[in-house]
Amino acid sequence: MLIELPDPDRAVMARREQIVADLVKLAGREAVVSDDDGRRAFETDAMTSYRRMPLAVVLPQTTEAVANVLRYCNANKLKVVARGAGTSLCGGALPAEDTIVVGVSRMSRVLDIDYVGRTIRVETGITNLAITAAVSGQGFFYAPDPSSQLACTLAGNLAMNSGGAHCLKYGVTTNNVLGVRMVLITGEVVDIGGDHIDPAGYDLLALVVGSEGQLGIITEATVRILRAAEGARPMLLGFDSNEAAGQCVAGIIASGIIPVAMEFMDRPAIEVCEAFAKAGYPLDVEALLIIEVEGSDAEIEERLGQIQDIAKRFRPSTLSISTGPEHSAKIWKGRKSAFGALGRIADYYCMDGTIPLGRLPETLTAISQICTGYGLKVANIFHAGDGNLHPLIMFDANDPDSEMRAEKAGMDILTLCVEVGGCLTGEHGVGIEKRDLMSKQFTPVDLAQQMRIKGAFDPSWLLNPAKVFPLDQREGFEPSATAMAAVRRVAA
Amino acid sequence: MAQTFKPRDEAELAAAINLLRASGRAAEVRGARSKQAMGRGVDHGAVIETTGLSGITLYEPTELVMGARAGTPVAQIESALAERGQMLAFEPLDLGPVTGGPGGIHTIGGVFATGISGPRRIVVGAARDHLLGVRAVNGRGEVFKSGGRVLKNVTGYDVARALTGSWGTLAVLSEVTFKVMPRAERTETLVFSGHTDEIAIELMSLALGTPFEVSGAVHLTAALTSRLELRSLAREAAPVTAIRVENFASSIEYRAGRLQDALKIYGTPLRLGHEASLQFWGEMRRLSVFVPLAGEPETQVWRISTAPRQAAKVMAAIRRNTSAEACFDASGGIIWLEVPASADAGAADLRRILAGHGGHATLMRADASVRASVEVFHPMTAAVARITAGLKDAFDPDRVLNPGRMYASL
Repeated sequence: MLIELPDPDRAVMARREQIVADLVKLAGREAVVSDDDGRRAFETDAMTSYRRMPLAVVLPQTTEAVANVLRYCNANKLKVVARGAGTSLCGGALPAEDTIVVGVSRMSRVLDIDYVGRTIRVETGITNLAITAAVSGQGFFYAPDPSSQLACTLAGNLAMNSGGAHCLKYGVTTNNVLGVRMVLITGEVVDIGGDHIDPAGYDLLALVVGSEGQLGIITEATVRILRAAEGARPMLLGFDSNEAAGQCVAGIIASGIIPVAMEFMDRPAIEVCEAFAKAGYPLDVEALLIIEVEGSDAEIEERLGQIQDIAKRFRPSTLSISTGPEHSAKIWKGRKSAFGALGRIADYYCMDGTIPLGRLPETLTAISQICTGYGLKVANIFHAGDGNLHPLIMFDANDPDSEMRAEKAGMDILTLCVEVGGCLTGEHGVGIEKRDLMSKQFTPVDLAQQMRIKGAFDPSWLLNPAKVFPLDQREGFEPSATAMAAVRRVAA
Repeated sequence: MAQTFKPRDEAELAAAINLLRASGRAAEVRGARSKQAMGRGVDHGAVIETTGLSGITLYEPTELVMGARAGTPVAQIESALAERGQMLAFEPLDLGPVTGGPGGIHTIGGVFATGISGPRRIVVGAARDHLLGVRAVNGRGEVFKSGGRVLKNVTGYDVARALTGSWGTLAVLSEVTFKVMPRAERTETLVFSGHTDEIAIELMSLALGTPFEVSGAVHLTAALTSRLELRSLAREAAPVTAIRVENFASSIEYRAGRLQDALKIYGTPLRLGHEASLQFWGEMRRLSVFVPLAGEPETQVWRISTAPRQAAKVMAAIRRNTSAEACFDASGGIIWLEVPASADAGAADLRRILAGHGGHATLMRADASVRASVEVFHPMTAAVARITAGLKDAFDPDRVLNPGRMYASL
């Protein structure tokens, strides 16, 4: 456990009974979870190594109820953690013993579908996949597709600015949102953007999306829907080195083709996925690319042919074009079951740095060396078109030392990503996981600018506390950090 | 005569802002002045001009990324990209000519600071969607960065993107990093003639709802059509609705054909081939149909953003009060509106109409006196105004940078 979680406020915890009673009055008994078993379901997210029992959980069904709860929390200076489905991999939804969890999972209705403007308005507790399901009958889809899309909510996608495998062509969450209804910590409900493109005034939507639940709680949103392509088909390319695979990706992009997906797997990842999914992946290669293109049959044929010609310059040892829907499904099955497959042989810690593609070979070598140095194995799967790496560090969760080494290796890898010109997180978010690494990427001035923005929305710093900003950089910005620093100075 | 600072690097830029702040002066922030006649005037004692911060700092075609100092001319950037078969996919508009100024002078910093994008934004997103990172100096004289040079990055708040469209009122950009895209091999345009606003919007929306990756959907009223420089279209003397497809040459014929089939109830379109298409969409990028002509009565130009399904209703309501010409971009989501000149540019009527239908309007061309007396940018709700003021304080508490450029109180 490398990450420091602040001590909870005992005085607040002592008032638990009264606070629960107040929440019941505000949001209704059925909306409040206060028993131990009920609360335990909310004590962690997908970063399961960190757990804290929340003071209480509220699952409102209306924006008004969210507003009532936040107004109360603000008046009583209670900390709040917003939650969607709790699938964050960076501890973004981790509560603390003195915080109220406000979950939007019971607000999941589709409010309006506009096929003329190609938008859909929903409550944000809806799952990512349910948005696509609502419009797929008309041939449309919602583009951002994080791999947790079956479970994760739009609320969480908005908070983390989630991506997915198809970002190179369709963008991430922030590129697909037109407007939100957000509840501020004061309980005030504010509409930012709407069902039109381009903001009036400042681009507040840019700040709100990706702010990790620290500026407000979004209860409704209008997002873009796109007409699906006529068809899509993948091909498999195996190479003897990571370098050749990386050069092939660069060659494809340089040719003017933007494939809808370009997934990269290294040898350990190929072995694990093939053993599990029997996807027909070659086992004698160092790197595998799954490249998918879209269009009509003839267009797909031609585009894959072009890619084949480019790939041949880099001497692939395997080259296989999908022969039809069954073959395509098989090719994707290996990749899509990667996390589950790996989970069968080891516990793993999924990282999420981004690097410039040109630095790929040396970065993969260094990642391997870092993990070996900690006595751990690593498999790499990533979105090659955009340089978003997902090293999966394998460890044994029953061995605290192994877990600690995995955490350390992860931090070294993310630091490396920054050093080669990339960033700490491409799509998972900062949460608690990368909070204290932020100083590797940002100067104190960079962070100060962000923290002043936080203060403009939430002056008391009640929303999703102890996340995103390093604890030792908060003096002068977070009121409690400023007060504590003053106390320390007096004591010294 | 106001003192002009023309920093040659970021340190000089920070020093200038610190000096101004210390002496209690405000500055007008500008690049090459292509948008000088837009927005509100700034009450300033000094000028900060970014044209000394120039040059491409990074270009990796295989990573689809370019970086440039803020004062770099867009022309220089586009020519460097063209050499490698790439482009700024969001088609930044050249807003110089429409206010009577020269064309082709705008800077990349000005493009992101104002965030106004062209017809392809309907499919690829706007300037803000292509911005990856910035270096900038805020009103406290502090140099900061946000974002970076990689395509996927959610580390910290998205401050870079939030600076797009802030017209230099929060920080002065010193360097921007942005995503670039391959330029399509071929472009073709289907032009339908004679449709009303309502039918045209239906047509454009239908086209954008096909799988053929329509990358532009624009409708011009008859009077605007006749002003086109592209004579083959200007001769139509009727409203025209233009649908653009871009792709590899081998795909174009197929896609244009399928689109024509899907849209056949709207008549047989005129087809613009590659060269004529580039000319037509080039005109859209500099709003050629709104360029003021000597001897013609003065007009004012608005930019309206609304949901496409509201666009024809908004336009009909506007026409009840005044004669108006319109260019519907983004299948009606953006309306460039031309109205006869009046003291308030019709602001009160227009904003009342939008209050009923949703959306907002920005006054893009009017005399300085008109822009001083009406809200150029759309009035904010009380809650948004408070957040906006809070952000201004977070970046520029002493109101050094472009005070009043967007809103009188900022």
